[in-house]
Amino acid sequence: MRTTPEIPSASMADIAFLLLTFFLMTTTIANDRGLMIQLPPPPEAQPDVEVKIQERNMFKIQVNSSDNLLVEGNPMADVSDLKDDIKKFIINRGVDPASSDSPEKAIVSYKTDRGTSHKRFIEILDIIQGAYYDLYAEQAGVTNSRFREAASDLSDPTNKQIWEKGKNGIPMQVSIAEPTKIGN
Amino acid sequence: MGKFKGKVKLNQSIPTSSMPDVVFMLLFFFMVTTELRKTSLLVQQHIPNASQLRKLQRKSLVANLYIGEPRSTEQFGNEAKVQADDVFIESKDIILWVSRQKDMLAEAEREQLTVSLKVDGEAKRGIIADVETELRKANARKILYAALEKSDPGSKP
Repeated sequence: MRTTPEIPSASMADIAFLLLTFFLMTTTIANDRGLMIQLPPPPEAQPDVEVKIQERNMFKIQVNSSDNLLVEGNPMADVSDLKDDIKKFIINRGVDPASSDSPEKAIVSYKTDRGTSHKRFIEILDIIQGAYYDLYAEQAGVTNSRFREAASDLSDPTNKQIWEKGKNGIPMQVSIAEPTKIGN
Repeated sequence: MGKFKGKVKLNQSIPTSSMPDVVFMLLFFFMVTTELRKTSLLVQQHIPNASQLRKLQRKSLVANLYIGEPRSTEQFGNEAKVQADDVFIESKDIILWVSRQKDMLAEAEREQLTVSLKVDGEAKRGIIADVETELRKANARKILYAALEKSDPGSKP
């Protein structure tokens, strides 16, 4: 008796390679993550009311066109302490007379130059937001990554609770100023 | 030792019968973890790293802007440009582009539009700030600076 004839499966690998090549060429790994910011209203919309902000309630961070960092007037080459400095500034609550009155009044002012690289801009912004998220997470009793997770989906009541508990009394006041035109 | 009969076969080949299985596994991996590319990238994109990443809520409420040096510098020069939906646009066209994106959404959802800025690490702050100013004028103020996960050894998780 003859064995049942089988379909030759020698070309299975070829078909698989073709499909694989197609998918490699036409797809991309999606990236839907990043640093979230709320921009201020457009420049003309605001009446030019000069609100007097005390020196002590402002934490000045500046970056020039060569990506050098100036924090509160002093050059800073190593950024590892910057996050802690910002946190200390925000939750000072009047203790140090040179630092902020309260978290509601504390403003982190971030000024760059038109020639500053985006990479450096993101690096410092990451540290500033890190300081705020760390404070929120601590206040809500969760980890930093859990807080950010909760912030990304406020439809869930548990998340909303964590978000509100964390943000209570500490608004994220980061003023990203119009970049200066000094550099090349 | 002298009991071998006849010739000994000298060529042993590695069995390749499991090759299709391996390739199919790779294929399924790519099918599951990627999505079909919707726009062709005309600019260089080395996205910077960051640790404080937030995730976008709903894909339908996101509009993408790509900023960076053009890929073909002979044709477009080497100044950073802004790309939206497969074409380069000028800063002044952004307001129009935003209103077109908003028109595609339901009335109630227009205020929730998030603009995802996918900016090359080497792009300068100048052009990005111009884009931001136009977005403020167009009332698209929710911005996400795209960034890749950075492992941050210095902070608590």
